[in-house]
Amino acid sequence: MEFKDTQAIYVQIADYICEQVLLSKWQTEERLPSVRELAVLLEVNPNTVMRTCELLQQQEIIYNKRGIGYFISADAVKKIKQYKKEAFITNELPSFFRSMYLLDLDLDELKPHFEKFKKSNFN
Amino acid sequence: MINIQSLSFSYRKNKPLFDNLQLRLEAGHIYGLLGKNGAGKSTLLKQMAGLLYPDKGTCEVMGYAAAKRQPAFLREIFLVPEEFYLPRVSITRYVNTYAPFYPNFDQGAFFSYLKEFDIPRDHMLTEMSYGQKKKVLISFALATNTKVLIMDEPTNGLDIPSKSQFRKVIAAAVSDDKCIVISTHQVRDLDNLIDSIVIINDHKIIFREDVQTVTDKLSFKTVSRIEESTGVLFADSNLRGHTIITRNTGQEHSKIDMELLFNAILTNQQPIQEIFN
Repeated sequence: MEFKDTQAIYVQIADYICEQVLLSKWQTEERLPSVRELAVLLEVNPNTVMRTCELLQQQEIIYNKRGIGYFISADAVKKIKQYKKEAFITNELPSFFRSMYLLDLDLDELKPHFEKFKKSNFN
Repeated sequence: MINIQSLSFSYRKNKPLFDNLQLRLEAGHIYGLLGKNGAGKSTLLKQMAGLLYPDKGTCEVMGYAAAKRQPAFLREIFLVPEEFYLPRVSITRYVNTYAPFYPNFDQGAFFSYLKEFDIPRDHMLTEMSYGQKKKVLISFALATNTKVLIMDEPTNGLDIPSKSQFRKVIAAAVSDDKCIVISTHQVRDLDNLIDSIVIINDHKIIFREDVQTVTDKLSFKTVSRIEESTGVLFADSNLRGHTIITRNTGQEHSKIDMELLFNAILTNQQPIQEIFN
């Protein structure tokens, strides 16, 4: 996995795991690779992976079965969308809104662009 | 795990290398020891391994005075030096000779590390390239399973694919009861493995913080116009813009840039240290 320079590694690993789930590469109720396995796979410190797991557990995307490991929650997909939505609103929206404000753009003005985008990309 | 108190040391009279140096390292971490050429990184590592003695002060490792080199201490510590000598024997012979000194030596792990590194088992050590020898030594070091593992510039001389292999074997070797100390100039090779930073400069340890604390308190980012950022502690300009360090005022989670942090602390030590105190 290629890490970017912009975000803490443990957050990037969380995004990686979320993506695996959203792409159905990892199924819900499936056991996550162990902390050590993930650390070796991603070539990072196991403590970093631990921090990722704490974050994902907090978001109820994974849960811990004592002595066995971490599992992907039954409603992980819903929780991931919730978590990513919050991240989008706090991280990406402010600079988007800033540009809108500077360019005197109105939300209604953007709507047709959004509809067009959805049509051409996700239809 | 490692407790250095008021350590003074010099190779030559009136030219102190360490002056009243203090350092405490705990188990369960990978420490990155950073410093300029000649700052004393290798000397400090040799002090920990009992290869050099303090002029004043103490260097205690796992409760033993390192300089006494007691067998119980030596079987729980391994040093991979930057320059080393390997005898003219085969790998098997080398292991049979040296492994018995380490009660927790794991022969299976040793050969699996060699395999990971693509080292043929039946060669004479002296017939190998520097990089291959280094891989044998690193594999041996990891297989000893000592509580303290010290490596001086381990990625020097490793080719591009083996740096990734190196990160994998180190990630697998970490455990709560082990203390790994790595000195390096190539921080980018290891910046996702190192979880605590130790900087040595001007005869002393001038910085020692874990990465999480650093990123809790400081933000690392690239901006196109430096004037738009407030509270810039250090900036480095390049083609992409300016990579800067600022105080982390929000709840940002930026990725640490160890090279930038190192340069920042060496040039602008005071204000950064105040943030951590």
